Amino acid sequence: MKVLVPVKRVLDYNVKPRVKADGTGVDLANVKMSMNPFDEIAVEEAIRLKDKGVTEIVVVSIGELKAQETLRTALAMGADRAILITSEEKVEPLGVAKLLKAVVDEEKPDLVILGKQAIDDDNNQTGQMLAGLLGVGQATFASKVELTADSVTVTREVDGGLETEKLKLPAVVTTDLRLNEPRYASLPNIMKAKSKPLATKTAAEYGVDVSPRLTTLKVTEPGKRQAGVKVADVDELVMKLKAMGVAK
Amino acid sequence: MSVLVWVEHDGKAVKDATLAAVTAAARLGEVEALVAGQGVDGVAQEAAKIAGVTKVLVADDASLGHALAENVAPLVVELMGSRDAFVAPATTTGKNIAPRVAALLDVMQISEVLSVESADTFTRPIYAGNAIATVQSKDGKKVLTIRGTAFEKAAAEGGSAAIEQVSAKGDQGLSSFEGSEIAQNARPELTSAKIIVSGGRALGSEEQFHQLIDPLADALGAGVGASRAAVDAGYAPNDYQVGQTGKIVAPEVYVAVGISGAIQHLAGMKDSKTIIAINKDEDAPIFQVADLGLVGDLFKVVPELTEKLAV
Repeated sequence: MKVLVPVKRVLDYNVKPRVKADGTGVDLANVKMSMNPFDEIAVEEAIRLKDKGVTEIVVVSIGELKAQETLRTALAMGADRAILITSEEKVEPLGVAKLLKAVVDEEKPDLVILGKQAIDDDNNQTGQMLAGLLGVGQATFASKVELTADSVTVTREVDGGLETEKLKLPAVVTTDLRLNEPRYASLPNIMKAKSKPLATKTAAEYGVDVSPRLTTLKVTEPGKRQAGVKVADVDELVMKLKAMGVAK
Repeated sequence: MSVLVWVEHDGKAVKDATLAAVTAAARLGEVEALVAGQGVDGVAQEAAKIAGVTKVLVADDASLGHALAENVAPLVVELMGSRDAFVAPATTTGKNIAPRVAALLDVMQISEVLSVESADTFTRPIYAGNAIATVQSKDGKKVLTIRGTAFEKAAAEGGSAAIEQVSAKGDQGLSSFEGSEIAQNARPELTSAKIIVSGGRALGSEEQFHQLIDPLADALGAGVGASRAAVDAGYAPNDYQVGQTGKIVAPEVYVAVGISGAIQHLAGMKDSKTIIAINKDEDAPIFQVADLGLVGDLFKVVPELTEKLAV
């Protein structure tokens, strides 16, 4: 059984994003970039499924050449081979989903596992779009995945609790935070990953139109909150709460 | 412009998130509401009363019982043939269905819309709410999910929309619903609560979380939330989580107890009207956004506060 895991290179989650003064976007020059945390969880899950019938894990990333590093990280974690689709322009989720569909048509994986959202654009769309384009089942926000020969049963985190769905394979699953704890790549595995296959292609080779549908007119800082005051003790806090009408 | 709004419901009643979506949709044009599910007559009646809704489309079918995206999307896509925009609240259901619809319509979705600037221009948060992007869509049809806390709720009463039945597209045979575990919670629902008391890792254990946070919440008539650290440590269930990856809330008052204030947590609550922080570390980042801060040991301060509020 083959699993495809798309991964994205994003601003490291520990870095505080800075909005550029000219309002064109967030400053990504000379800042630490990493694999999107939800994608790490997706790679980890694919690896854990290896003793449950998964024989090959293919990782794919779309973007600039530097996304190679992200793919190498996935290979060091345990993926078998990688595909990089380079694009000069930023590709939106719809374009990514179309490119991934082309990869799926070629690779014919039984399961595609994606992160539920990328922490840069916070879109939460690509997995659902891919499932729609492929005409297959989708299980988003997965916190548990059980794979059999022809189906996958997924526990999903929904508002109010958990929900379980069963999908016919092939299917698309997107990961939530609690699905697993991703492993760190060991040094020997990082060295070994350097010799694993990494194919580089371009968006044009797949004949997919990825021209953007959205124009970002500007990016601004969110409104700043007024600095507050510190109260001395509980009595003062209670007094303030009463003054606000929050407490009787 | 004609706009189709996804009605979020639990089979019995319309959920509040729908009302904010109706307000956002009304900025675009004439609003029709879609009630999809099984045995949803009551929900349709309720939806027809929402101010601003001109028509309620009801698709009542076993295949729609659990709002599986595979079965719902073809229905929405068909209805979108003669409509210009699909608007869903950014709930887990909305986020699950809307992108599938967008892909099938070959348009880019705009997620978590904060404001409608014009018929094709919207603002939305990126990078965990650390930046706000203004985006313009070139697509003929729009698919949007709405951040509920960013829009006023439409009045739940006062409308008198006509109800029209539409037929479902049947079970697509791709997925099936196996069951659910809905957390029992008698307190106000997080996303609509006026006051929220949230606990962090500093609570130390599940027992202490319930012993300290629950009575304080009850004294204030508040909903209970938690930071990711508290949820991961097992102190509170998953659906309590407030933050970038959990729920986005904007209550009148948000009380953060033992929460340091990581950017991922702030992304979920920094639009609260008043933020109150109780933390023993006076340098905790939460104090940079808190309107009222109390530096102290929560194990002493919280019981004292609860007691004085209960009097």
